[in-house]
Amino acid sequence: MSIVVMLLLVVSSTNAQEKNEINDAKAEAILADYFMLKDALVADDSKKAAQTGATLVISLKAFNMSSFTADEQKELIDIIEDATEHAEHIAKSPLGHQREHFKTLSKDILDLVAITGTKNTLYQQFCPMYDKGSAWLSMSNEVRNPYYGSKMLKCGKVQKTIN
Amino acid sequence: MKIVKIILLVLLVAFVGLQFVPTALNTSDVVPKTDFMMVNNVPEIIKNKLQVSCYDCHSNNTAYPWYNKIQPVAWILEDHIKKGKDELNFSEWDLLSSRRKASKLRSIIKQIESNEMPLESYTLIHRNALFSLVEKQKIIEYISELKNNL
Repeated sequence: MSIVVMLLLVVSSTNAQEKNEINDAKAEAILADYFMLKDALVADDSKKAAQTGATLVISLKAFNMSSFTADEQKELIDIIEDATEHAEHIAKSPLGHQREHFKTLSKDILDLVAITGTKNTLYQQFCPMYDKGSAWLSMSNEVRNPYYGSKMLKCGKVQKTIN
Repeated sequence: MKIVKIILLVLLVAFVGLQFVPTALNTSDVVPKTDFMMVNNVPEIIKNKLQVSCYDCHSNNTAYPWYNKIQPVAWILEDHIKKGKDELNFSEWDLLSSRRKASKLRSIIKQIESNEMPLESYTLIHRNALFSLVEKQKIIEYISELKNNL
């Protein structure tokens, strides 16, 4: 077992390019889970949101930040600790609570992407009505509101395009 | 009839036996430098309210009720306190980063706003832990201010 680990370490450290790709993949994994969660909230699907919240906890914990600078790592550790707590709550809360936690989680994910970057074009969207104004990220520029779901599906606007 | 007696006897023995199982007390003589009250300039009124309504389960110092001497009550309380401190520990407030503080303050506001905290099971016995409407508003105002000034 330890030999395998060592081999993996050697392989990954001798090939910086490959290592970066691995790290990118991890940030993309977090984003993929976040978007699944967002879609579940758009669909008012609390059960699905709980499941994706639990998956997100796993991808957050698995995130490899070794290719970042010490300062970035410090910030990333902080972001991930916070995001993990919110994802954990989403995994075990009713819909209203899930949306409350999704707000802070979205802020964390926004800050995370600002450091890690992403290969996709993302849209930062904003709903002025939910909790004095709340943002979230989406892969599409069409607004589908995760804070209100079917109640106000199209409330909000694109605030910023990332990439 | 005889079977009822036996069951009662077994329960009694179990109950007495339980009393000898020790639980760790969540108490501390010092208020650490990292305590919420030490790093923030908390108005007296709010300080008292937080102390009475929150600190039993959200700090390193619980003011235990007499019935904590009885098992299995002590276990139930121990479990509540552990969970409470995992979510939020006012004694270790200043160990948190600004991001974590903002997150916690937001949750505090939401929990108090929606009357989820203090827990009903707690205020049922600790009547003085209940928030009046004015107290509730004052605390939310204060916590929001802290959050905005982070």
